[in-house]
Amino acid sequence: MIRMEGVSKRYGDVQAVRDISFRVDKGEVCVLIGPSGCGKSTTLKLINRLLSADSGEIFVADRNIKEFRPELLRRNIGYVIQSIGLFPHMTVAENIAVVPRLLSWEKERITRRVDELLELVGLDKQQYRSKYPAELSGGEAQRIGVARALAADPPLLLMDEPFGAVDPLTREALQQEFIKIQRELKKTVVFVTHDLDEAIRLADRIILMRSGEIVQSDSPERILSRPRNRFVRDFVGTDRVLKRLSRIPVDRYMLAARRITLRAGGKSTEHRPGRGRNFFWVTGEDGRLLGWVDTRSLDGRHPVESVMTRIDPKTDALSRGATLREALSRILSRNVRTIAVVDADGRLVGEIGLSRIEKATGEVK
Amino acid sequence: MAGLIRGWIITLIFVLLFVFVIYDMSLWNTLLSLIFPDLKDVVYPRAGLAELVGEHLVLVGLSSGAAVITGILLGIFVTRRAGRAFLDIVGDISSLSQTIPPVAVLALAVPLAGFGVKPTVVALFLYSILPLVRNTITGLETVGRDVKQAALGMGMTRLQLLLKIELPLALPLVMAGIRIAVVINIGTATLGAVVGAGGLGTPIIAGLVRENPAYVLEGALCAALLALLFDRGFTQLEKSLFGNYARGRVLKSLKYVA
Repeated sequence: MIRMEGVSKRYGDVQAVRDISFRVDKGEVCVLIGPSGCGKSTTLKLINRLLSADSGEIFVADRNIKEFRPELLRRNIGYVIQSIGLFPHMTVAENIAVVPRLLSWEKERITRRVDELLELVGLDKQQYRSKYPAELSGGEAQRIGVARALAADPPLLLMDEPFGAVDPLTREALQQEFIKIQRELKKTVVFVTHDLDEAIRLADRIILMRSGEIVQSDSPERILSRPRNRFVRDFVGTDRVLKRLSRIPVDRYMLAARRITLRAGGKSTEHRPGRGRNFFWVTGEDGRLLGWVDTRSLDGRHPVESVMTRIDPKTDALSRGATLREALSRILSRNVRTIAVVDADGRLVGEIGLSRIEKATGEVK
Repeated sequence: MAGLIRGWIITLIFVLLFVFVIYDMSLWNTLLSLIFPDLKDVVYPRAGLAELVGEHLVLVGLSSGAAVITGILLGIFVTRRAGRAFLDIVGDISSLSQTIPPVAVLALAVPLAGFGVKPTVVALFLYSILPLVRNTITGLETVGRDVKQAALGMGMTRLQLLLKIELPLALPLVMAGIRIAVVINIGTATLGAVVGAGGLGTPIIAGLVRENPAYVLEGALCAALLALLFDRGFTQLEKSLFGNYARGRVLKSLKYVA
């Protein structure tokens, strides 16, 4: 989708980008990361010609970007910046509609698209259409910024520290939204950030830059497990292993859960994968997690429900999409050995413990 | 919304009252006789106020119109990449043009343009161009860099950026500049009478020459009322166009089509 060949850019005395070449495939999320001044933002701006390369060629969809007038090129590329830059004199709807209007879409189509996008970024259309940017919170403004960039349904999205200006909590929510939206839309994205955790969470491929050059270009797993040199090793930090865990979903390593299912009429059935152990999860007939019980405390006289410890699947269990890093964090903070894994409806699908996490860190991809 | 309608109605009432007042010279007679009981003639005899206001408005209208157009265009030019080199010069000349007393400009313009309306319009034009240029420049420069970068990044041409984003955002300041320029002009246009341009300065000059303070007051008071009226009108216009949101003024109803 994108090809950079031997591109250089100089700002006065500083060589911001030094003869770099790389490719971004269609549907890939490629994150440019590196210390301040490494040239990542410059590289991004070379793609949509906000800056002109001094030498080298840049291709988008196999066409040299110099073939197009810059404005026309940019109308087909979504662009999100850190400070968002929403137009203060326009409503949210008008802001989102900017590129479609530049492309002369009919009003009907634009209205429908605005509604679609508001829904996509999780904002209520009735409420937000006529709001002005000054009335929005940081997180809302950022979402509108993304909606605006996606308005004309561009195949390529360029994002320059888009989530940098909000608090960590909102930032994480926005990252999750991004992952969800990307899963749905499968855009090609080039994303600049200085936050390694963000890069690890979002990237299909990370390009680590330094002083205008590419140091390593690899999947997050490989950058973490096989750093090419000392700089990369230092950059990713000494907790690489933990960072890798944040890329692995819990359901990849969980085990089948041993459970007792409560049935109508006070009866219950057991399910024991493997021997030993007295610890069982307790579920209802529909599979929903209700609690846990130590079978040694069952004396046959009292029903299971009265003996078990109740837990709330929403707060005490992990969803199957949670990462091993969260699992580890939860295990350590709650001082337990195993945590239940549930699906979206609260049904028990497995369990994860420390030994399984150790297995994951041992395996290097 | 209700406050706006009320504001306009009040403005309209003031306009009607003013029109009524300038046509009814007997009111002035009564008022001025009260203030100057010993004077025989209190009202300027050669022309009624309505006529004088008409002449005055011509002077103000021509000079302000020219100043608005020139001032805004200059302001736009020096904030573009091509004109940036001229930013300082234009700023200096505009400031300079306001420091030169209009009387001096008049005196200099007369040998070139003759007497009457022409040199007056020139003097007024020079005198009122500063607030327009300065406000246009400031208005355009306060448009956030991120807003401009976003606009260009999304695919607007520089012209579209100017027409759709920069000018609408600069408009509140530009309008304030127009208001200031016009109100200043109303006061300064009284000088035109010195070179025979007519207007509300006529009774003032006549009064000075004949040592008749009533004439002077007639002209001055009427000019003051006119200035207040325009100030009120423009303020009301600004309030209608620009709502007040938490972070400064934002265009409410002006849809920019370009």
